[in-house]
Amino acid sequence: MALAAGGSPGVAYTAGPSARPAAGLPPPKADPFEGDPFQSFQWPELRKEFLGAAARTQFDARVRVQGPAFAEDPMNVPITVAVDLPGVQRLIVLVDRNPIRKVLELQPVAALPAVSFRFKLEQASPVRALAQTADGLWHVGGTWVDSAGGGCTVAGGSRADGSWTQTLGQVSGRIYASALPGGDSSARLRVRIMHPMDTGLVGGIPAFFVSKLAVRDAANRELLRIQTFEPVSENPVFSFEFSKAPAGPLRIVGVDNNGNRIDSRVE
Amino acid sequence: MMVAALNRAWRQPLQALTLATVLMGAPAVVDAQTSAPLSASPPVVNLANFDYGLKARALAVGVYVVEGSNADFSPANGCNIINTGFITTGAGVLVINTGSSRRYGEQLRALIARTTREPVLQVIALNLHPDYFLGNQAFADVPLLATSATRAGMQREAKAYEDNLYRLCGDWMKGTESRLPTQSIGPGPLRIGQREFELREFTGHTDSDLVLIDKTSGVAFVGGLVFADRVPTTPHADPLAWLRSLDALSRLKLATVVPSHGPVHSGLRGLQQTQAYLQWLDGSFTRWAAAGWEVNEVLRASPPDDFTRWAAWPAEYTRNVAHLYPRYERAALQRAKPP
Repeated sequence: MALAAGGSPGVAYTAGPSARPAAGLPPPKADPFEGDPFQSFQWPELRKEFLGAAARTQFDARVRVQGPAFAEDPMNVPITVAVDLPGVQRLIVLVDRNPIRKVLELQPVAALPAVSFRFKLEQASPVRALAQTADGLWHVGGTWVDSAGGGCTVAGGSRADGSWTQTLGQVSGRIYASALPGGDSSARLRVRIMHPMDTGLVGGIPAFFVSKLAVRDAANRELLRIQTFEPVSENPVFSFEFSKAPAGPLRIVGVDNNGNRIDSRVE
Repeated sequence: MMVAALNRAWRQPLQALTLATVLMGAPAVVDAQTSAPLSASPPVVNLANFDYGLKARALAVGVYVVEGSNADFSPANGCNIINTGFITTGAGVLVINTGSSRRYGEQLRALIARTTREPVLQVIALNLHPDYFLGNQAFADVPLLATSATRAGMQREAKAYEDNLYRLCGDWMKGTESRLPTQSIGPGPLRIGQREFELREFTGHTDSDLVLIDKTSGVAFVGGLVFADRVPTTPHADPLAWLRSLDALSRLKLATVVPSHGPVHSGLRGLQQTQAYLQWLDGSFTRWAAAGWEVNEVLRASPPDDFTRWAAWPAEYTRNVAHLYPRYERAALQRAKPP
């Protein structure tokens, strides 16, 4: 594996043959973490599984991931991702030590490469965002979240009391266009979708989760697409960011893994 | 000097009582801010033999507080962050809360035996939180009292408490299993031996927050309703109900206030701190939710300086946000319409 100086804040490497060490220097020790700042043994496998063995990656501070220092509620760990890079095509969120490691994948289309959500964390873990720019390079950022554990293997509240059947697929949401703290965003869409988001890891409850969502503007243009997976929290709340307020009303359309459709309007 | 004398005396129960009486004089009420030994040096914990270093401090004749660290749970403080207490009645000792572990319960019981010759008569837990009852194993031979709402809550949460405290506190918790209260108790007057107590039940910190007032001395054990110099905990809180309870509590004109967390004090100091914090939380969360703030933005907001000087900041605020902000958020997100 070659370690090479990458773009400005990070270090790029490729999974190619070893580079020859510079003359006079001892050969570098193989880094089992492949440069991962979290030194997670899961990282090399994670990278191969979700990006492919040939993918080029670079740890990059411009991929900002915020979470709490510790997960007070491991069923609802809040994460905010924002990427300060132009031309982001795909944005993937992975959690090294979750039994199901992919949380979501966003295609920003006309939105900013940013998303906030809550997810279920099984144990303390790095939480990573991987943003692919138009040149194919994956820029990787992350944060560490400590946890008492158990987030993925416990049934949610609406599953426990059966109330999910009354509210399945209902959407509530709002567009906020002022008084947002910080960032480049001048408009934010927040949506909440009523869904149990069962992981399939609780005995007798098969996986049941929202798998795809899209946001369309008043002219029915697609503003963003997102695939969501089992670790996303029950009754998920998402925030999406825009550089200018989209023309509403917005339409939220989607589907869960059982084919139930979601279709609502947000003013 | 006085502290040292009292420490020596505690090893000799009868003398302790006499000395306390002399020191306190009559009436039996002692202003914790002035004449009693100014507590509040945190207990000296011995990690090698899991000794919490519990000390009984007399607030009035026969009324003792056992003070924990004013901090967040940590193995370094033995996870002893609660003030417990006990009161002699002539007919036996009433114990108020039993601490965070079996070891704590055992050391509390030993401390009581070193302090008074009266046997332990009963135990009361002021709410459902783990450090109020996980020492119950050491008091399994006496009635364990709590309100019916608190008992139901403990039943529901005990397993999760054990798991979480084992994780946070490690070997301090060894051998701890939750032993739930055995009898229900409601608000109202309570007479034990020569003592008359008043029990008041409030809500807001939890679904059932008991306050125990010793009518002879005026010392009030206010449980989790009042936090002094410490960020309030909110895992079962309803801030508006809590604020209403604090209004009602402020009208009781309590003299000496023993909060479960933070220093013993006189009058309204802790109550007003708790009020100010809850009002700030409620007002800010309402405003931020209405403006569409994300949880991570709320976690990184700037609070008034006073709060950041309190114990358990910022860990407890992180928990406050996790417990409470989603409710404000839900209220702010209006139901969308089908297209």
